[in-house]
Amino acid sequence: MTPLTDTPFTVAGREFSSRLLVGTGKYKDFTETGAAIAQSGAEIVTFAVRRTNLGQDADAPNLLDVVSPQRYTLLPNTAGCYNAKDAVRTCRLARELLDGHNLVKLEVLGDDHTLYPNVVETLKAAETLLADGFDVMVYTSDDPIVARELEAMGCCAIMPLGSLIGSGHGIQNPHNVRLIVEQSSVPVLVDAGIGTASDAAMAMELGCDGVLLNTAIAHARDPIRMANAMKLAVEAGRDAFLAGRMPRRQNADPSSPFAGRING
Amino acid sequence: MSTPNESIQLTLNGESHTLAAGLSAADLIEQLGLAGRRIAVEINEQIVPKSQLAQTHLANGDQIEVVHAIGGG
Repeated sequence: MTPLTDTPFTVAGREFSSRLLVGTGKYKDFTETGAAIAQSGAEIVTFAVRRTNLGQDADAPNLLDVVSPQRYTLLPNTAGCYNAKDAVRTCRLARELLDGHNLVKLEVLGDDHTLYPNVVETLKAAETLLADGFDVMVYTSDDPIVARELEAMGCCAIMPLGSLIGSGHGIQNPHNVRLIVEQSSVPVLVDAGIGTASDAAMAMELGCDGVLLNTAIAHARDPIRMANAMKLAVEAGRDAFLAGRMPRRQNADPSSPFAGRING
Repeated sequence: MSTPNESIQLTLNGESHTLAAGLSAADLIEQLGLAGRRIAVEINEQIVPKSQLAQTHLANGDQIEVVHAIGGG
């Protein structure tokens, strides 16, 4: 049998075999973080940049000890930034933190109630970051016109929300996600809102190139098992997309032939 | 030039600190017990690369940020 093949997931010239990207927030401890991420098979892992807690134990464990930059492609985010200036500063700090690594996840938020993207500030930040040599994977609304603008500017991946960050409400507007997928030449990833495995599979069935999630694994009752479920869901959804689903029909269509029935 | 017993006031991660004058950014990182840790330093909204911490002298009124990686999505 010919083995099933797929093209690698390619973003900003880097190639990956996993199409699941995961965050590192909200875990019980670093041991659980490391185990869940390993189980998910993710190769790209997001993290946040925050003030160092001064006066802390110098031997306190560091996230990057668990999620090693040698093993994973680290994707710093700009979570918590509400304007372009703060997001740009955060990306520059992240680049210094990672010795010049220039792939970032840009997210500029509108308010802390919805964490909905502020697209005006996102566009401003993207312009500055792209001019400064960053590869920008951008979290945005599921508005295809904004997505097109971000791609035209040079963002290397468009990442519309499925629903609000951390809500677990899945993909609320699959039609918009599909419009974005159909018009884009750069990878499209659903980022935010994934609640369970079927949501991740749906994103992939819509033709997304990948899925980025965090809370769905970290806040599952058993994060390690959910990490495995997400890995399988992304693979299953991808295969279903590549296979091309059957057409929907109004009426039933028997799988067993009519001909040769004993009552015929 | 500052004399060693002068002091300067600066803001470090949002809090006011008084330090001896004449320190470099590398001295400060050392004093904080963060030498060799994976951190990034910004002074007055400009990145100070690791290679330049030792040559960067702290001045009165500097706004310093020292950051590291934490869990996030």
